Amino acid sequence: MSINGKAYIVGAFEHPTRKADDKSVAQLHAEVAYGALQDAGLSKDDIDGYFCTSAAPGLGPLNMADYLGLTKLRHVDSTDVGGSSYVLHVGHAAEQIALGRCNVALITLAGRPRAEAMATGTAPRSWGVNVPDDPFEIPYGRTVANVYAMCAMRHMHQYGTTSEQLAWIKVAASHHAQHNPHAMLKKVVTVEEVVNSPMVADPLHRLDCCVISDGGGALIVARPEIARSLSRPKVKIKGAGEATKNQEGGYIDLTYSGARFSGQRAFEEAGVKPSDIQYASIYDSFTITVLMQLEDLGFCEKGQGGRFVSDGNLISGTGKLPFNTDGGGLCNNHPANRGGMTKVIEAVRQLRGEAHPAVQVKDCKLALAHGTGGLLGTRHGSATVVLERE
Amino acid sequence: MATMASNRALPAIAVDPTNKPYFDAAREGRLMIGLCKDTGKHFWYPRGCSPFTLSNNVELVEAKGTGTIYTYSVMRTKEPYAVAYVELDEGVRVFTNIVDCDLDGLKIGQKVRVVFKPTQGESPPATMFTPA
Repeated sequence: MSINGKAYIVGAFEHPTRKADDKSVAQLHAEVAYGALQDAGLSKDDIDGYFCTSAAPGLGPLNMADYLGLTKLRHVDSTDVGGSSYVLHVGHAAEQIALGRCNVALITLAGRPRAEAMATGTAPRSWGVNVPDDPFEIPYGRTVANVYAMCAMRHMHQYGTTSEQLAWIKVAASHHAQHNPHAMLKKVVTVEEVVNSPMVADPLHRLDCCVISDGGGALIVARPEIARSLSRPKVKIKGAGEATKNQEGGYIDLTYSGARFSGQRAFEEAGVKPSDIQYASIYDSFTITVLMQLEDLGFCEKGQGGRFVSDGNLISGTGKLPFNTDGGGLCNNHPANRGGMTKVIEAVRQLRGEAHPAVQVKDCKLALAHGTGGLLGTRHGSATVVLERE
Repeated sequence: MATMASNRALPAIAVDPTNKPYFDAAREGRLMIGLCKDTGKHFWYPRGCSPFTLSNNVELVEAKGTGTIYTYSVMRTKEPYAVAYVELDEGVRVFTNIVDCDLDGLKIGQKVRVVFKPTQGESPPATMFTPA
């Protein structure tokens, strides 16, 4: 069975806050859910499917479903593959709608790592208790930053990728963020500013890293008949793919990501190829994340990512592949340390023609959103969706 | 400019019934790796099953304790340290730290050898590497 054309994204909402000192995580979930319903023109009791992750407070979806007053649920899913979860949830929601298990699925994300002063990228962190790899990694100071940095170091060694090439990714994101009034970093930066910013974990500088922000977002996925009954532009889910990649028993290869597999699956289901994509939301926890995913999704040859991203090739209006036109996680928003939600939201804006006019891709009909969750350099999830305006 | 590896305090290691033999050997200064007896392949990290066949036909075998740096990164924190994957001569890539050296001189491909470093209290030592 294929999900191509079986479900539509009918509602999308990104919380405008970037620092939520005065709001609980649960309240943020409620605000993004309400925002997405308003956007779609639906109401709470239309929702019969609910998706969240362990970033939502409580036991799986139970406590949030209760808080939000979701009483009609026929399907729930709290699959957690880190920041890629929300891209994966779009695919799962489409599957369940295609199977007739639900009609209107709500996906929510919210969090406040900034208000809670969390050392997101630079402090060792376990995902829980009894995690079998922890005794072999946590004592060595495994952090988000240094695990992604080790991928960058290997990529540079093997393919000659440079810090200046990685910097172009941040430069492109900053060109887009200047037009987003909600973006955390609105200042346009240069390659020199990126490579001269303080080193966090060699070879990644501070400006190679995404922002830490509070807030969240929500999506509503619905059956085709419901999408057609609503007044918003129609965004069809054409293809979805997911994958995990791990250490492979000690033979890990850090030069590629799970995007190689999730991307291929999504393109195959959608019946399109990378060169057909007019706009791409690419997970940008770090500049290296973007570079590797672009290669693995097939936008360029493996090892050519550095050349591909250089000279503004990702900047809307001038480059060949406009990416993250909201400013992305690198400049705009990375709510709850999970960037997959905002990746889908900006792709929906582009397809609706509702991105900022300065970055809107002309007549954008086909877009891709991709997420990487967990740690690129140890074990991670990958999820890709291909979306089309109807 | 040199950046000497810091002697940062290492947290206690969570020993469980399955990984205990690995850490008992580490206390004796021996580096062990997993061996899948179904395939004859080594694996890392040590565990109670083969990551190649999922059977429990596995054992710990002693490694030579030498290898090369597959990749690394220096954390530029107040107490700088280098994380790395070291590829052992037996082939597996081990998540570790490179210690007792100038971190600015590290290179991919550099030869290293195992050293064991004390952690908190009665916890077993951490498995680290230093330039050979």
